Amino acid sequence: MSKIPLQFRHNGREVAIFVDGGTNLLVALRELIGDMTPKFGCGQGGCGTCSVLIDGELHLSCLTLAETVAGRSIETLDGMKQGPNLHPLQRAFADNFAAQCGYCTPGMLMAAKALLDRNPSPSRDEVIEAISGNICRCTGYEPIINAILAAAGGRISA
Amino acid sequence: MAVTVKTFASASEAAGALSSDRSARYLGGGTLVMRALNEGDVSISTVVRAQDQALARIDASGPRVTLGAGVTFARVLAERDLAFLHAPARSIGGPAVRNMGTVGGNLFAPNPYGDFTVALLALDTTVAVQGGFGSRDIGIEEFLQARDRQAGTLVLSVSCTRPASTEAFRYRKIARIKPKGGSVVTLAAHLPISGGRIAGARIALGSMAPTQIRARAAERALEGRSLDATTIAAAASAATEGTSPSDNALGSAWYRREIIGVHLRRLLSGQE
Repeated sequence: MSKIPLQFRHNGREVAIFVDGGTNLLVALRELIGDMTPKFGCGQGGCGTCSVLIDGELHLSCLTLAETVAGRSIETLDGMKQGPNLHPLQRAFADNFAAQCGYCTPGMLMAAKALLDRNPSPSRDEVIEAISGNICRCTGYEPIINAILAAAGGRISA
Repeated sequence: MAVTVKTFASASEAAGALSSDRSARYLGGGTLVMRALNEGDVSISTVVRAQDQALARIDASGPRVTLGAGVTFARVLAERDLAFLHAPARSIGGPAVRNMGTVGGNLFAPNPYGDFTVALLALDTTVAVQGGFGSRDIGIEEFLQARDRQAGTLVLSVSCTRPASTEAFRYRKIARIKPKGGSVVTLAAHLPISGGRIAGARIALGSMAPTQIRARAAERALEGRSLDATTIAAAASAATEGTSPSDNALGSAWYRREIIGVHLRRLLSGQE
C-alpha cells in the first residue's frame, strides 16, 4: 500500500512526511517527526496523555487520523518552552509538585494551555473541567489544579 | 495494519463508497473508528471521509432543530439556541473528546457511551441517512433497532423539535467518575404538557439494553396525567420494564435495575 504525503505545521515549523493509511497523529508525531512529548496511554480516548492542540483546539492525537491535519497547525509540549526558559505553566507544575511519574504531564499541560489561551483567569471548577479528560494516577489532581491556578495568577487553595 | 483512506468532497459520494464496501467505515470525529483501528480491528480495511460542509451545519433558529452529523459536542455547547442539548453534550468525555466527537457518531457509540443519543431518542429525533438507495429520513428508534446493519449508510443529520420549555426536557447521566466518566445509566425525559396533563411522554434510557431504549411502561404511567407524586412513583416503578442491562466494569445489570427507578423518580421530581 502506497504512502501518503502529508504536510502540516508542527510547533511553528513546516514539516513534510509520508504516512501509511490509517496512521494516527500520535504515531506520526513520535515515530516520523521525532517529537516524543505526546505519550501513548490507552489508544481509546480515555486518558488524555496524547493531547495536542490542533489549530489551538485540544484534540487526542491517538484518535486523530494523521491525514486530517494536512495544512493545519499542531502544538505539542515540545513547542511550549520559550528558548531556555520554561513556559509559566511548566514552571508552575514544577513549583507545585504537579508531576510525579510525569507520564500524564504532557497531556495535562496541553489541556491547561488550551484553557488558559481562551480563559486567562479560570475558576477552580473551570480548571477541573478543563483537565477532566486527562487521567493522573499519582498526584490526586490537587497539585495539578493548584499549578494551573498559580500559572493563571489565581488564588491557590489547599 | 494500513487501511485505505478515501476522502470525498460530497456526502453522497462518501455514502456511495460506504455502501459498496462492507469493510468500509465512515470516519467522523475519530473517537470510534480510530479507536477500533488502534485496537487492531481487522474488519476495517477502508476509511471513508467527506469534507462536505453540509455535514457540519447547525440550523437552530426555528422550532425544528437540525444538526449535521459532523457537528461536534463543543459546537453544540457553543450554540446558545441549543441550550436544551447542553446538558447531554456536556456529559460526554472531556474537552478533547467534545472537540472531536460528533452527533452522528454518537448514534453508533456502544454502551457505556452514546449519551447524546439518549437525549435525541427522548426528543423523537428523525435521522437523515444516505445509502446506495438514496437518502431518506427514519425515526431514531427504528435507526437504533437496526444499528448493527447501518454501517453501510451515512448519517447526514438529525432533526428534532425544540422542547416547549426547559421544564419539558430533562436529562441525567449517572457516572462513577465526575465530571467525566462512562454511563452507569443515562436518562432523558420529554414531557410536553397540554392542559396541565402530560401529552406525548417520552422516556429514554441508556446502558439499560444493548442500544438506547424507550421506557414505554414508564411513558404509559405518565401519559395523560399531571406530574404529581403518585404519577412519578408509578413511572419509577415501571422503569425496568422492557430493559435488559448488562454487567460491565461500571456496574452490574442487577445494580442498574435497582437504581434506574430511583433516578427516574429524581429526574421527574426535579431533584439534583
